[in-house]
Amino acid sequence: MLKIDNLHAEIDGKTILNGLTLNVGAGEVHAIMGPNGAGKSTLSYVLAGRAGYEVTAGSVTFDGQDLLALAPHERAAAGVFLGLQYPVEIPGVSNLMFLRSALNAQRTLRGEAEASGAEFMKLAKAAAADLGLPYEMLKRSVNQGFSGGEKKRNEMVQMAVLQPKLAVLDETDSGLDIDALRVVSDGINRMRSPDRATLLITHYQRLLDYVVPDFVHVLVAGRIVRTGGPELAHTLERDGYVSIAA
Amino acid sequence: MTAAPTRRLEEWRYSDIAAVERAWPVAPEAITVAAGECATRMVVQDAAPGSATIRQFDIIVAAGASLAFHIINSGGAYGRVGLDVTLHEGARFDLGGVIVAMGEQVLEIVTTVRHIGPGATSRQVVRCVAGGTATATYLGKVAVARAGQQTDAAQSFKALLLDRGATANAKPELEIFADDVKCAHGATVGELDRNALFYLESRGIPPVQARALLTRAFLSDALAGIADDEARDTAEARVTELLA
Ligand SMILES: Nc1ncnc2c1ncn2[C@@H]1O[C@H](COP(=O)(O)OP(=O)(O)O)[C@@H](O)[C@H]1O
Ligand SMILES: [Mg+2]
Repeated sequence: MLKIDNLHAEIDGKTILNGLTLNVGAGEVHAIMGPNGAGKSTLSYVLAGRAGYEVTAGSVTFDGQDLLALAPHERAAAGVFLGLQYPVEIPGVSNLMFLRSALNAQRTLRGEAEASGAEFMKLAKAAAADLGLPYEMLKRSVNQGFSGGEKKRNEMVQMAVLQPKLAVLDETDSGLDIDALRVVSDGINRMRSPDRATLLITHYQRLLDYVVPDFVHVLVAGRIVRTGGPELAHTLERDGYVSIAA
Repeated sequence: MTAAPTRRLEEWRYSDIAAVERAWPVAPEAITVAAGECATRMVVQDAAPGSATIRQFDIIVAAGASLAFHIINSGGAYGRVGLDVTLHEGARFDLGGVIVAMGEQVLEIVTTVRHIGPGATSRQVVRCVAGGTATATYLGKVAVARAGQQTDAAQSFKALLLDRGATANAKPELEIFADDVKCAHGATVGELDRNALFYLESRGIPPVQARALLTRAFLSDALAGIADDEARDTAEARVTELLA
């Protein structure tokens, strides 16, 4: 589903991704772990198409098409979802308005019919209930006045409504207490299906107890230095990244 | 009839003087809100492209009365809405002003609010968006007379510049002869939040629509004070149309 080959990317002329190769098949969950500054968030932004991140070599293919040739909104419509490490606050735009605009924009771009008000409301209510976010909060401005945990739940509400094929979740677990972690993990697990894939970027092995990945990759200095099964996360937790990088 | 103003006058320094001469002379409209009454007024300046328009309102808000005044200034090559407001004891004046200036438009909101009696309140919120090489200007003068003790006056101006060539001018001016007054003002000029834009786009909203959404949200501060839901929706819809 997602093929990243020898990806090099830079910010302000500084190389951050340095020959990253990764294949994610349909139905799979891959975890990417790595020390601070390794380039995990950069990878997620490059996949989502954020301005300022320049790909200098390599390729990214998603469902057979050149992902890097698409604008960010086209990538979303193609099925890529980025759960942000730091979700943005948008004063004056309600969560519902944001989410409905997003859903319908994606559908329009895919040549599908827009969701009616009633259909959208049903989706949003169900998602909010599943993720333990009071529906009333969705009437407020996007993420404004939300706690760290509420922002992450809100990202998962958006994911549940948008139903992406590929979810790239950047430290969705950080800042969550144990109850919230469970709720968010359930949300991620609900999305698992043979025709979807997930890239879980995380710092901690903790999340991987709830969302058990098929593969664990270690990202250091812009490339994957090691790949293993779920047990690799435990090794990292015990020994740290230094032993791997050495 | 007085002669047309020149650029040397402070209140006209950012104006398109040739256009002002075309619009001159100006007949001010008088509004009086009687003691204890509440009034609202919406002024939409949507004159035809290329035209020059000046609308001047001379307003008296009597003791204990209140006026909520809203402006959407978006039409013509040159468009100016001027208010001269006199507030008596315990009166209240709320202004919500929106300017959407595109292309080469020069659009202005110019106010003088005179607190001539004690305990009057004025609140002015002006939000403007300027694109192309347009100029948006807000000049707000608050004059507090000797009798204007316990005046409470606030002005908030924010401008969003969509293009490099666009200009926003803000000039609050205070003229205070009483000693027990509260006058606050703030002015900021900025661009659309890039993080917010990316967030919207990453969810599938095309750039043009994302920008319009953020811009409308920014302007809605100035319309939030419209008490009547229907009137507020109409105003919001008008602004949405301007940004489309
Ligand atoms: N906007 C930016 N400008 C310059 N350098 C940046 C920027 N964002 C990230 N970096 C640098 O890129 C490197 C990787 O950052 P990031 O991808 O955020 O790492 P991680 O998510 O793995 O902690 C770091 O050295 C960081 O300082
Ligand atoms: Mg990061």
